[in-house]
Amino acid sequence: MNQTAHQPLSFRCLTTVWFLLLILTGITVGVARYDLGAINVWAALGIASLKASLVVFYFMHLKSEPRMLVLCLFVALLTLATFIGLTFFDVLYR
Amino acid sequence: MTMQPDALGARIGMWLFLFSELLLFGGLFLLYAVYLARYPADFAAGGQQLDALLGTGNTLLLITSSLTVALALSALQQGRRQLCQILLCATIFASLLFLTIKGVEWQAKFAHGIFPGGTELESLPVGQQIFFGLYFVTTGLHGLHVLVGAALLLWTLGLTHRGQVTAENSVMLENGALYWHLVDLIWIFIFPLYYLLL
Repeated sequence: MNQTAHQPLSFRCLTTVWFLLLILTGITVGVARYDLGAINVWAALGIASLKASLVVFYFMHLKSEPRMLVLCLFVALLTLATFIGLTFFDVLYR
Repeated sequence: MTMQPDALGARIGMWLFLFSELLLFGGLFLLYAVYLARYPADFAAGGQQLDALLGTGNTLLLITSSLTVALALSALQQGRRQLCQILLCATIFASLLFLTIKGVEWQAKFAHGIFPGGTELESLPVGQQIFFGLYFVTTGLHGLHVLVGAALLLWTLGLTHRGQVTAENSVMLENGALYWHLVDLIWIFIFPLYYLLL
């Protein structure tokens, strides 16, 4: 038995994820029609992150990969967030 | 002793490479964030000059092509090789359509003198110059990734046709698909930040 191959995801599951992605795209386009000030950028980023999680966990099968790989992704994102945070700590308080 | 293909090891290697890609584009998003904070009005004016309709169309194309490549992998693993090849063709077709739309979009900007070093661009406020500079670099680098992803999938299609990528040995398609999903992921962030900005 080959333990390293994952179970193929069903067509129904993948299509459902695709449908959710379409709905979220609609929401992000809809929200952008209203001027909510700074909330616009955060809403756009929030919805994009939600879409990204769907792609990563289902299309990219991260859900069925070892926990270690999820942790690696978390470390990579934390590194990026640290870079961005420290840069803003500099440019905002110059 | 026979070589056992280490599928998990191959996927982990691909993920590590994708993390480096994440930081590569992360640098560009960092620049975007800093200059958005400094020139919010110029960025909004720049964003309004981009064609949101073409951007939305390209978003739908990439999301759908992400679906077709994921379906192609499931089809291969279920032993439906012909369906897998059809789905791969659809993915490659979507990537070419994406690049065509991107080309139309850039052409419209070029026609108005908006390109790096263009006279029209240099007469704009400095914040808009930065916005369009970042727009061309980010979407250009992303477009290059689309091209590479399409080439990888075309190669995989050939290997599938010759029976070298199979249900038992699908690493090449798994990693090609992972790369293609990354291209989609990055666009998911580019789209609202550049095209839908108010």
